[in-house]
Amino acid sequence: MAQRAPLHILAPALLVAVAMVVPLGYLGLRAFQADPQTVMDLVFRERNLHLLINTLKLSFGVLVVTTIIALPLAWLVTRTDMGHRRLLTILGVVPLAVPGYVMAYALIGIGGHYGITAQLFDWQLPRIQGYWGAVAGLSLYTFPYLFLNLRSALLGLDASLEESARSMGHSETAIFRRIILSQLMPSLMAGWLVIGLYALGDFGVVALMRYEVFSYAIFNQYSGAFDRIYAAWLSLMLLAIALVFVMSESVILRRRRLASTGRGVERHAPPHQLGKWRIPAWVFVSVVVLASLGLPVVILAYWLLMAPPPLSFFLEVPLVFARSAVAAMPAALLATAMALPVAYLAVRHPSRMANAVERSAYIGYAIPPLTLALALVFLALNTVTVLYQTLALLILGWALATVALAMGPLRSTLMQMRPSMEEAAHSLGHGPSSTFFNVVFPHLRKSILAALALVFLFCMKELPITFLLAPTGYTTLAVTVFSRTSEGMMAEAAPFAAAIMLFSGLSVALILNREGDRH
Amino acid sequence: MQNKLIGLIVLVLIAAGGYLGISAVNEPSTLTLYSGRGESMVRPMIERFESRTGINVDVRYGDTAQLAVLLQEEGDQTPADVFWGQDAGAMGSLAKADRLATLPESLYSDLPPIFRSRTGEWVAVTGRARTFVYSPERVSESEKPESVFDLTEPQYEGRVGWAPTNGSFQSFVTAMRHEHGDERTLEWLEAMDDNGVEAFRNNSSQVEGVADGAIDFGLVNNYYLPRYKANDEQYPAEQDFFESGDIGNLVNVAGTGIIKGTENREQAVEFIRFLLSPEAQEYFTQEVHEYPVRSDVERNPQLKPLEELVNAAPEINLDELEDLEGTLDLLREADLI
Repeated sequence: MAQRAPLHILAPALLVAVAMVVPLGYLGLRAFQADPQTVMDLVFRERNLHLLINTLKLSFGVLVVTTIIALPLAWLVTRTDMGHRRLLTILGVVPLAVPGYVMAYALIGIGGHYGITAQLFDWQLPRIQGYWGAVAGLSLYTFPYLFLNLRSALLGLDASLEESARSMGHSETAIFRRIILSQLMPSLMAGWLVIGLYALGDFGVVALMRYEVFSYAIFNQYSGAFDRIYAAWLSLMLLAIALVFVMSESVILRRRRLASTGRGVERHAPPHQLGKWRIPAWVFVSVVVLASLGLPVVILAYWLLMAPPPLSFFLEVPLVFARSAVAAMPAALLATAMALPVAYLAVRHPSRMANAVERSAYIGYAIPPLTLALALVFLALNTVTVLYQTLALLILGWALATVALAMGPLRSTLMQMRPSMEEAAHSLGHGPSSTFFNVVFPHLRKSILAALALVFLFCMKELPITFLLAPTGYTTLAVTVFSRTSEGMMAEAAPFAAAIMLFSGLSVALILNREGDRH
Repeated sequence: MQNKLIGLIVLVLIAAGGYLGISAVNEPSTLTLYSGRGESMVRPMIERFESRTGINVDVRYGDTAQLAVLLQEEGDQTPADVFWGQDAGAMGSLAKADRLATLPESLYSDLPPIFRSRTGEWVAVTGRARTFVYSPERVSESEKPESVFDLTEPQYEGRVGWAPTNGSFQSFVTAMRHEHGDERTLEWLEAMDDNGVEAFRNNSSQVEGVADGAIDFGLVNNYYLPRYKANDEQYPAEQDFFESGDIGNLVNVAGTGIIKGTENREQAVEFIRFLLSPEAQEYFTQEVHEYPVRSDVERNPQLKPLEELVNAAPEINLDELEDLEGTLDLLREADLI
């Protein structure tokens, strides 16, 4: 039934794919300059295998923990009579604004001889580090990727399926497993994919937690050797692993049909009564919020109180925030605008090519950000030099890195939407673009807002791309926090780190408030 | 709804175009600095320099290594006039890639030899000594090592930390290779590994590791502990040099150089001259706890005198620290990175 995709979908989707090929081309160019013998020594090392296994173990652990956090949380705020759902939703998203290394410092700072608990309560906890430290650190601020994806899907879930199952005598567990879970599969996979790829490429948390993974090898090549040629080979290796992740997602999702067919009006389920589960539910939510937001807030407050900086520091904060947001907001819009045609093409006009286009969108996200930034430097300097070191290039860099993030919520909603609605619009005489804007677009409202929030938060704390592509003299909150913590000036970093969390939280609240109550 | 969104997108495109226009205009008397040193330390100096000379300075802050790679990628098209990096290795790699111009000799002729590059393409701004940090509670006076080579002994098993991925540690290994040869260095690296040395991210995480009881000794740069002590005098860690001349006391530097082909050479030279002036040097030692490159500034009470440092330091020419590739090969051979 897949028709040829209309041009207004196909052209922008292809444009996105082309943009994604740019960093690949750059990598190829640099890799080609290498001396084969050195490449062999660098790539086929036994240690790389060891690092690779550690990387996979880490990704697996993070996926398990984030699912344990995000799945119940998403279900609670969408399908139950739990109060304060909007507030809880925002609290479930804001951890994304916590810079990874701040989370790692927070976890490390709890225990040990000089840790917070030892200082304040004379009670020495073991120091959190190694594998579990890395898993906890990464999970506590990446679970919102999964949470937002699942929430979008749960909100779009058609209740009639569940109701028919119930009327046919299926138990609640069976309904959850067979119907809800299978409907949630695309968003679970989308969330897992972005978190898995994130864990694959992260260096900040794992380095502080002292757990050695593959990103070590790349970091060392850029940072230790000041080299971009052999680093290209290592980036290509990382991309190869990422490709395995991306392909396995696509294999699992293939041949799934999620939208209900036949007659009947799509409806939303009444909320489940929590009853005696109310207290455990609130305990769970409190633990999640305390761990993901409480911990970093405590460590920031502790840094601040240890050595309070002068007031002028605080006055500077809103200005730097505004500067960060001025670039992060357009990047969020651009990334979402790029993700929309790609997701639509992949879901509504599936074909080998559509699939390839969709997969290509993950290149920008999976590639080490420093490599992506260097590719754009190369591109700008060799084509449109005026673009170099302008905000426009930074926005483009951020957008390329985040198209995959924006795609998750859009795709799962599109998969739940019945094509029959669009067909009906066609038969009523609406043209393709009129159908897209009048029928598809309103349905996507919530997912678009979720996508905007995801990208915005990513950009607010992004570092390597900002370092390389931002106009000279343009510092963001994230840059300020990073440069101060790395100099060991924690107290001076704290107000800016707090500002990232506070203002990003407020922005997300604003974005999600636009959801309204309309479906 | 969609009209609003489209409107918003159009607005963004216009705004982006606006930025383009603004940033394309560049004032001629503006100096562009790529700084691998943090903003909190650099900015006060920039402000003083600007008000003193009327020369505007645009600063791009970043990680030293990332900026060094960026400068190579930019090549002749770089907008940068001056680079200020964290370590000799980064400066050396840029000199090797032919990105640095020769400096006028008058800039560095009266500095002590350990702070000069022989090729004259860059100059040290501050000195940073390698030292060991230890826990005064868990380490007795007699246990303090005399040489970095002692740390492979059984009494230090599982008690020592280092940061093999860190630039200043790698510079130290380069110096060791130069002084003692590759073979002995590799032996040391492997013996340390066998002795259960713990790998950390960087210097400050080792200082914290000592305070937290994760390790008893760490191999670090000298200026991190004073920063913790400045916040808390009771901070449970101390530091000391190995015996005089030991390679473990290497003096590394943060350096600066002028980018080849700059149109603002005169202002760039003036800027570097300012960084080396007593005024700026005093700031670096008092506020940042690093060693000044000249002896006529007031001493930071937290630091040992410069003469003592020059005595304790092994005699290594900074240009010898350029051979990073050999060091990385060695670290890879020992499976440490």
